[in-house]
Amino acid sequence: MEREITLPVAQDLVRELRVGDVLYLTGRFFTARDEAHHLMLERKAKGEEIPFDPSQMALFHCGPVVKEEGTGRPREISPPGAIPWGWRVIAAGPTTSARMEMFEDRFLSAFGVKIIIGKGGMGERTQRALEAHGAVYTHYTGGAGALAAKAIEQVEDVFWLDELGMPEAVWIFRVKSFGPLLVTMDSTGGSLYTELAKTIAKNMVKIRERMKD
Amino acid sequence: MIDRQLKDALMQAVKQAATILPSDVVDALKRAEAKERSDLAKGQLSAILKNCEIARTGALPICQDTGIQTFFVEAGMSSPYLAKLRVIGAFIAEATAEATVAIPLRPNTVDPFTGKNPGDNLGRFMPYINWELVDGDEIMITLLPKGGGSENMSALMMLTPGVGMEGLKEAVVDHVVACGGKPCPPTIVGLGIGGGADIALKLAKRALLRDVGSRHPEPVVASLEGEILELLNMSGLGPMGIGGVTTALAVHVEYAFRHPAALPLGIVLQCWADRRAKVRITADGRVEVI
Repeated sequence: MEREITLPVAQDLVRELRVGDVLYLTGRFFTARDEAHHLMLERKAKGEEIPFDPSQMALFHCGPVVKEEGTGRPREISPPGAIPWGWRVIAAGPTTSARMEMFEDRFLSAFGVKIIIGKGGMGERTQRALEAHGAVYTHYTGGAGALAAKAIEQVEDVFWLDELGMPEAVWIFRVKSFGPLLVTMDSTGGSLYTELAKTIAKNMVKIRERMKD
Repeated sequence: MIDRQLKDALMQAVKQAATILPSDVVDALKRAEAKERSDLAKGQLSAILKNCEIARTGALPICQDTGIQTFFVEAGMSSPYLAKLRVIGAFIAEATAEATVAIPLRPNTVDPFTGKNPGDNLGRFMPYINWELVDGDEIMITLLPKGGGSENMSALMMLTPGVGMEGLKEAVVDHVVACGGKPCPPTIVGLGIGGGADIALKLAKRALLRDVGSRHPEPVVASLEGEILELLNMSGLGPMGIGGVTTALAVHVEYAFRHPAALPLGIVLQCWADRRAKVRITADGRVEVI
């Protein structure tokens, strides 16, 4: 089933999503890779404030290429006729989600994220956390960075850029109809990866027979 | 004169590699798209091809992971420009740093101890240059920018020689299938057989420099490539690891003789974005980007 979803998303709606559904998202994403997961969890544990509200956005496993453009400085009004200062997204496809497996269950619990966007799928711990917190994991074509950038309308903010560098920093994107995103892990325990693993296991038996020929 | 040309050509090669997928790879992806039966698998390949078109026409990076810039310099020992090898290293570093801003590339070099990213794709041993002296009168510089997702799926196996080629095939299939969607399939599978631990991995990476679909000149090796490709595509893993008939676009094998007690197997996977570009310095002083 294809759905246009506007973020923030209602809990009931996420609970209805099933493996195989295709989503197009409008609203805000925040990017977070290994370092950002680690940093945000650490800040949260120390009781420090996170400068944005992750629960209102989708979590994008992504380390984008962004370019600083225009004149002026951040949050300053640029001179008349000049291109205002800002970041432009050049390429922003998903990174391998498996690296975040060690953080994701705690991350979902700490920040109330409902939709994860990544590639390659995630493991058992995340699957259980999706069920516990009513969230889904969605897949976007890996490497399709130029295509993904087209659906990103604006870079609204960036956090921890100096500490983490461009790929690992947290970028806030405003997106319009970002997709197609395929739900591959849902909140009822459904997983495309688990189902596919069964098919692959059967095929591996045939492959081993063929190898002996 | 040649210095200026060389520097410009290296800049152009970095840009070309980041933004234009070589035609042999695009053709292989198109064949895969035609072959896939499920909408899901076809959809992944259609998105990839559409993405490559946007990147090519807009001069944008194909993937946000513009990779670690790795250069292979093959210097012909009869080249009149051998003395240029001294400056080639410096030019490669300059071109990488300048292209990082101009294209732009993602700054991808990080100090392993402090986690600091200098922002220019430079750093200790970065960009990495593989120097090699070969026969001939040309100098060929091949750029292979390689992403982290596929590089993370590299493996070295010191197999027991007794397992033979059957055991080797099994090891490759098991490994590639276990990688799932992580290396961004359909992949190009580079295999290095024999030599030693370092040699096997080096050969595996060098195997990725070949055009997709090219076969090893030795029939026995070529037939092994074809056979492993067929076995991999029987797995059903498919594009992006979400199911389908194209798990790999090609298998490239390079080999060296081995120690009697050892059967080293190096596996290096390249994602579908098999980006490459070459700069050639001919004996008569022409500098060409290929």
